[in-house]
Amino acid sequence: MRGLGFWSGAAAFVALAVVSTLVIGNEYPFFAGYIILQFIVLATAWNILGGYAGYVNFGTSAFFGLGVYTAVFMFKGLGAPLPLQILTAGLVGAMLGFGVGLLTLRMQGIFFSIATIAMTIIVETIIINWKFVGGATGIQLLRPPPTPPFDSYIKMLFVVAAIMVVIAVATARYIQGSWIGRGLRAVRDDELAAECTGVPTLQLKLVACTISGALMCAMGAPAAMYLQYADPASAFNLNYSVSALAMALIGGTAHWIGPVLGALLLGMTQQMLTVTISSEINVLVLGLMLVLFVVGAPEGLIGLWRRMRGQTTGGGSSR
Amino acid sequence: MTAPLLHVDGITKRFGGFTAVDNVSVAIRPGERFGLIGPNGSGKTTIINCISGALHTEIGRIMFNGEDVSRLPAYKRTRRGIARSFQIPRPFKSMTVLENLLVAIDFAAVGHGLNVRQQEAEVGAILDKMGLGAKANTLSSQLSQVELRKMELARAMAAKPKLLISDEAMAGLSGSEIDEVLDLLVALNKEGITIIMIEHIMHAVMRFSERVVCLEAGRIIAEGTPAEVMGNTRVQEAYLGA
Repeated sequence: MRGLGFWSGAAAFVALAVVSTLVIGNEYPFFAGYIILQFIVLATAWNILGGYAGYVNFGTSAFFGLGVYTAVFMFKGLGAPLPLQILTAGLVGAMLGFGVGLLTLRMQGIFFSIATIAMTIIVETIIINWKFVGGATGIQLLRPPPTPPFDSYIKMLFVVAAIMVVIAVATARYIQGSWIGRGLRAVRDDELAAECTGVPTLQLKLVACTISGALMCAMGAPAAMYLQYADPASAFNLNYSVSALAMALIGGTAHWIGPVLGALLLGMTQQMLTVTISSEINVLVLGLMLVLFVVGAPEGLIGLWRRMRGQTTGGGSSR
Repeated sequence: MTAPLLHVDGITKRFGGFTAVDNVSVAIRPGERFGLIGPNGSGKTTIINCISGALHTEIGRIMFNGEDVSRLPAYKRTRRGIARSFQIPRPFKSMTVLENLLVAIDFAAVGHGLNVRQQEAEVGAILDKMGLGAKANTLSSQLSQVELRKMELARAMAAKPKLLISDEAMAGLSGSEIDEVLDLLVALNKEGITIIMIEHIMHAVMRFSERVVCLEAGRIIAEGTPAEVMGNTRVQEAYLGA
């Protein structure tokens, strides 16, 4: 019955997103809300590899940036509509995830993390030297008119992001409850023991890396139209990597709800600070909260909640 | 003579310039209780790692059930029926005892087509046999040393092995606990599972094994019944350094 509850919640969430765009006239809430939804997707995607399998990926920005530029290419080169841009980005992200995974997932722990940073630099360098998509100076994009019933492109993007949140969270939730999730947890706990218990560790990590990469890259695609501008320095900003990681850790990595809560908490705080104080203070708050949680609640919000309920069973069996 | 279940055929394993295992050949027949002894650093665990696939050998072959498994990754060897426990227990710490065993059921014993309830019933039966029935829903990080050892064996059993390699499953246990684990291994062997026991606790290996091989510096120095190996002067020298 849990599945029914989840899906009706997801349907209600998307419906609410659609209705709010029709009722609320002001664009700003959607402009800010989009960013929060975007980070829910990124943190959830990060958690599939970083949380479930314990492979800390610093390359979120590489996948995200590549998504932005896939959209730029599809739009400028082929005049592709938004859904096609997102789909292509997802495909490109899956391929990058699979390729990078194949090259790097034999490395364990910190070495994998370093390799993902190197990948970000490589991908960014390639884009910087590609004139067609604007090179180092960036590129301006003109939004096409929004598709009815939406009266503004930002509102439409908000609903698109809401749908992507549902896809990402449903994927993470499925993986967590399936045999893949159990295998990934075994990998995180002890890779050699997992392998000797029959878990095809490399294959499972590849699956996780491919799915995670596809979701991150797909979420990058609508960002091109959101900003109507793309340049390598902001598309590949390290901030995406750090935020996705921090949000998942602050929320808790053992359960799919963790990254969602973390992204909501951090994303909303950041948006409020941006309005009330300055956008610069975001990074400071991110850092402070990460330190606070690592020290005070290493298992994130989920861990805090479990501790308060006095629950002793760990992990994230959703069965 | 029946065909061996496991045939270690002239394996050599080097780490840089150090030869940990030097041209070792052993044939183990189905249903045998086999003991592997030797002083610290003699290469016992390295051989086990080569058999289970945690390490790959450059020279020699590992034949299992008539098939060359030398090039297979560890998880495929587990699926073919080679299960092991670890010298230092390696539980999946974030999981309960039940979940630890379900990993083996999910991944090693594939193709059994059991539904969730059947899987849990099967795990329950294994845990009861191992005397861990009451601990099914305990986090594995909260188990005592002897319980951890038993859980490692139980997890190996859940993989439905033909060959079980017990790597010092009794290290650090008390006298009565050693007897408990020993009884478990004997019971498993009676069900038809071939067992390789690596152990420093001599009386346990000697009581358990039908045949013993002693290693020193990566080579076999003695092979035979427990009494023969214990009586061998080279074995006594290796252990006592005389």
